[in-house]
Amino acid sequence: MPSIEFRNICQYICNDVNLMVTDKELLVLLGHNGAGKTTLLNIVAGFIDYRGSVLLDGVPIDKIPANKRGIGYVSQNLDLFPHLTVADNVGYGLRASKQHTEPEVADRVNELLDMVRITHLAARYPRSLSGGEKQRVALARAIAPSPRVLLLDEPLSGLDTQTSKYLRVELRRIQHKLGITTMYVTHDLNEAEEVADRIAVIDKGRIEQVGRPEEVFFYPASRMVSDFVGTPNILDCAYCHNLGNGIVEVDCGGLPIIVPHDGNLVKRIALFPRDIYISDAPPPGPGVNRFVGRITSIKDTREGVRLEVKAGDNRLIAEVPHHIFEDMDLAVGKKVHLIMKLRRIRVYEDKNL
Amino acid sequence: MKRLSRIKLGWGILPIVIFLVVWEIVARLNLAPGQFLFPPFSVVVVEFYHLTANGVLGDSFLSSLSRVLIGFCTGSLAGIGMGVLMGWKEIANKALNPIFSLLYPIPALGWLPLLMLWLGVNEALPITIIFICSFFPVLYNTITGVKNVDQGYVKTARALGASDRRILTTVVIPLALPNIFTGLRLEAGMAWRVIIAAEMVAIPTGIGALMMKAESLIRIDIIIVCLIVLAVMCLSFEKFFAYMEERLTRQWR
Repeated sequence: MPSIEFRNICQYICNDVNLMVTDKELLVLLGHNGAGKTTLLNIVAGFIDYRGSVLLDGVPIDKIPANKRGIGYVSQNLDLFPHLTVADNVGYGLRASKQHTEPEVADRVNELLDMVRITHLAARYPRSLSGGEKQRVALARAIAPSPRVLLLDEPLSGLDTQTSKYLRVELRRIQHKLGITTMYVTHDLNEAEEVADRIAVIDKGRIEQVGRPEEVFFYPASRMVSDFVGTPNILDCAYCHNLGNGIVEVDCGGLPIIVPHDGNLVKRIALFPRDIYISDAPPPGPGVNRFVGRITSIKDTREGVRLEVKAGDNRLIAEVPHHIFEDMDLAVGKKVHLIMKLRRIRVYEDKNL
Repeated sequence: MKRLSRIKLGWGILPIVIFLVVWEIVARLNLAPGQFLFPPFSVVVVEFYHLTANGVLGDSFLSSLSRVLIGFCTGSLAGIGMGVLMGWKEIANKALNPIFSLLYPIPALGWLPLLMLWLGVNEALPITIIFICSFFPVLYNTITGVKNVDQGYVKTARALGASDRRILTTVVIPLALPNIFTGLRLEAGMAWRVIIAAEMVAIPTGIGALMMKAESLIRIDIIIVCLIVLAVMCLSFEKFFAYMEERLTRQWR
């Protein structure tokens, strides 16, 4: 399967995009609505005009029309042909290529329906399918003509959380099995982290950062990326003392914090502002992951009140819901107690050690 | 299930039966003013039998039917063809739409004087009138149908490797069928209404002409026979296309 390379791509929203999707990789384009994610897919598919060059396996495809590029494409709406049965939808690309006899088409369709586990739906029409079933049909249809690369534009966006989670795993399984280079668009960070080999964060038509999911999360390259992933508190860890049972004690700017780990050296930890609890009285229970700090600033936001608290050498951001803030009589300079929930702490481990 | 549909059919026919019975009674009891202008239903039935037996009704009916079929089929096919072209290729739409927009509002019968001079009074005249009558509504319904096909389907088909022609024949036209059939259904009945009017005004044969002859002889029963034939044909044509639409699109709509 070939690599996809964007060279100096400019198109309305996109601004000099350079990006490389390597062979057999699943790269997620992550960004807000209107960031230019779908535009990049449309450029690879050949649906829109652009300046710059797109290369598949090092060969420019800019002059090749969309129907000759050999691209598998699943749109956000899935766009299953409503007048064709599931089997005919899946076989559409094979028939369009005119390179297969009818028995060959039938065999390939059966093979794909089996792969996405919907053989029993072959004779049904799309209107009678559930969201998850439609997604499977769309995927089978896109990969039926053995495309060179696969483009998925928010394919799970219309599904309920449970189905979406299940299908992410399925999708990853199929992508691994086929070893097909894939670009996957989403605005959901969790979805991106679950499916991606690498994530490219895009904002206003510019690639802000490209990296493995944990790199993007723990080493955000810009304020935008940090905000996009939820503005977590990221703390460097100075030493790492193994306590057994999958937990270690790390020192982060003078705070001894207990965190879970996979047996490697913990380099950084991250905790979302909403996962640091604030109390004006000493909290009950053991003193693990409980610290004392002083409020250095207070900022009102739509989600809640954000407090900057100095604890040890760290300046931590904690988020308190509006109604709780009003009950607590908090002010700048006031001493507060911080509680970090063990299960909510995310760790970045150095897997090379 | 069968019994249920029989009951439903019975309820559909009942008002018609009551209407015919009331008609017969009113006419027989001379309740309507100007009674010779209002023959009982039974007299109309007898006249229907006579006209059928002596072949007058059959000949007139076949004349009208052949005109409607030829005019309607050619007009509809031309409308579908042109509509697909104009809906699919914007340049064709831009070039032709201004002309058709000017011609469309002219009622089909409005062409009659001009066509009588251009074509003369022969079979080409009513067929051309029906052609015009069928062409425009089918054209505009087809354009709407083709344009309304979601571009997402077109993009998807293209990504799957389909050529423009294949996309047109396997995606766009099938998805435009409901709109095309709406045009056909509406115009199938309209073609009968127009042919009768044309035959009454200008053509010496056909159901319309038979009605005009009956009018001059004050044969109300013959006029009513013709009107019933007309009503049945309008209804049958409309139902036929409604049935075809249902048959071709029911599974996936």
